[in-house]
Amino acid sequence: MWGLPGQGKVKALIMAKNIETNLPKEDQEKLEKVGLDFSQKSRSATFIQQDDSVLFNKSLLEGIEIEPIEDAWEKYPELKTKYYGKAFKTIDKDYPQDTRGGYFIRIKKGVTAEFPIQSCLFLNNKQFRQNVHNIVIAEEGSRVHLITGCASSKAAEEAYHLGVSEFFVEKNAYLNFTMIHRWEKDVEVTPMSVAIVEDGGSFVSNYISLSPVRNIKMYPTAVLNKNCKATFSSLITAYKDCLVDIGSRVIFEGPGSSAEIISRAVSFGGTAIARGDLYSQTVDIKAHLECQGLIVTETGKIHAIPELRTNYRDVDMSHEAAIGKISKEELDYLMARGIPKEEAQSLIIRGFLDVNILTIPEEIRNEVDRLADQTLSGGM
Amino acid sequence: MEPLLKIRDLTVKIGEETILNKLNLDIDRHQNVILFGPNASGKSTLLGAIMGFDNYNIISGSIEFAGKNLLDLKPDERARRGIGLMFQHPPKIRGIKLNQLADLLYGDNKDPEEKNMLVKTLNLEYLLERDLNVNLSGGEIKRSELLQILLQSPKLLLLDEPESGVDIENVAVMSKAINRYINRHKVSTLIISHTGYILDYIEANEGCVLYSGKIICHEKPKRIFSDIKEYGYEECGDCRDKER
Repeated sequence: MWGLPGQGKVKALIMAKNIETNLPKEDQEKLEKVGLDFSQKSRSATFIQQDDSVLFNKSLLEGIEIEPIEDAWEKYPELKTKYYGKAFKTIDKDYPQDTRGGYFIRIKKGVTAEFPIQSCLFLNNKQFRQNVHNIVIAEEGSRVHLITGCASSKAAEEAYHLGVSEFFVEKNAYLNFTMIHRWEKDVEVTPMSVAIVEDGGSFVSNYISLSPVRNIKMYPTAVLNKNCKATFSSLITAYKDCLVDIGSRVIFEGPGSSAEIISRAVSFGGTAIARGDLYSQTVDIKAHLECQGLIVTETGKIHAIPELRTNYRDVDMSHEAAIGKISKEELDYLMARGIPKEEAQSLIIRGFLDVNILTIPEEIRNEVDRLADQTLSGGM
Repeated sequence: MEPLLKIRDLTVKIGEETILNKLNLDIDRHQNVILFGPNASGKSTLLGAIMGFDNYNIISGSIEFAGKNLLDLKPDERARRGIGLMFQHPPKIRGIKLNQLADLLYGDNKDPEEKNMLVKTLNLEYLLERDLNVNLSGGEIKRSELLQILLQSPKLLLLDEPESGVDIENVAVMSKAINRYINRHKVSTLIISHTGYILDYIEANEGCVLYSGKIICHEKPKRIFSDIKEYGYEECGDCRDKER
């Protein structure tokens, strides 16, 4: 289980009806492949946006609010003043303000959600430009998992997704954010996100992108105050003619914090750039960065760029990076067990993209594992 | 009756170096053969050539298994025909669990109880969810190897120094599983042994020595082992000449 049974009360134990989105079956299946549970049986709350219209939003747990962001600002103008853009301002970063849609999620003080919240951003129109702004507030002492699935339909040729996300992890709160991408190969994607973690808080980010996409570029950042924890883990693949440029940055502003960045990148002929940046502006922190790359095809680019920066002596920072190919020894070994070469190769690649590096509860891990199996067996 | 494994005039090179030179070897059905030989004499090369790894360059000769020529077959095809190789130094493979591989090798049409029994006999329950060969002790590696090859249901077991790096207790555990499998399925084994310990556990009536790229001696394995202990391998060449 991923937390104590909810202090919030479950509104309805079983949803009477499935989500009515009027989506064709093919698209529903697509969304299921990025983790959307249409039955909502194992979810605390749900948000679905297609292009720029919100198809569905509902919370099943008292203490969790989930709404289209524009509605939330109308309801709580004071929250807009307090939170909107604040995370980006903290790190002096510009962000696009011409967004439409996105979700507002607030987990009230002290609430533990037994089941994860799910959200889904779906591209379904040719050359559509989806620009969303998401805000997640985990109030003091709350604990929650959020799974965001992003996908595009076959119709969404040459579409574009820009997701601006701000995460506010308040004192002693725990926010675990898992993002699963499954785009089409001519889609461009630019997520931008900043998490502000207050004293004693924990922020976990898991990122999975295992299907072709023309271009993804992102560099999510977490800013840690005192005694915080942050973990960024990513499993990424770059197919032919794809550019996948994924970074993770942690900025330490308060002592006593620790962070880890782990990535596994596989190139099937495309370009994967795995960046990582740990930056300490304080003493007494612990940080580790690990990035491993595997190139499957004879040509394929992986660029691992691990960075460690500190302004103080008393820190503990390290990194390791390695790039390689499928070893002949491992292939021989599995073949000597009677496994044909191609199958042995897939096993090794699948093993390399190990969901066990992700920091997620077992139930979600099993789901992600299954989704990864489906995606990779289709892709390879 | 045709031997199960029949090797004739096998010459194998690694790079420019000739490792096996016109080697001949027969292994009958339900026969256990212990293969002795000094370090770097090519014992592992022989197993690798039987398995079909392509870094061993077969210059001439033939390897037949159950009457079929093996040389054109890839290692996976040879394995599926019934050859199971226990690696001396298996590679670490991250992200693949022992249990995942075990299930794959065993297949789903067999009695799962049988597999569970074997896991239990080899004391491997606690390793099932671990990554293959990662951070394992010598004994754990051998037990994991043995589990895998027995689940493959081979007709010929190639065991590369099954007792090396393993304490006596583990040798006993492994031997029990090997003996049970051999006797139950009437299969054959070719066992490379350096220390000879395995002779105390596995009943083998045939021993041979690999020396200068050839099999030069066929004798009771215990007799060979005691001679090696007494005279060392250096005398092997002379001994062959004398007997001729």
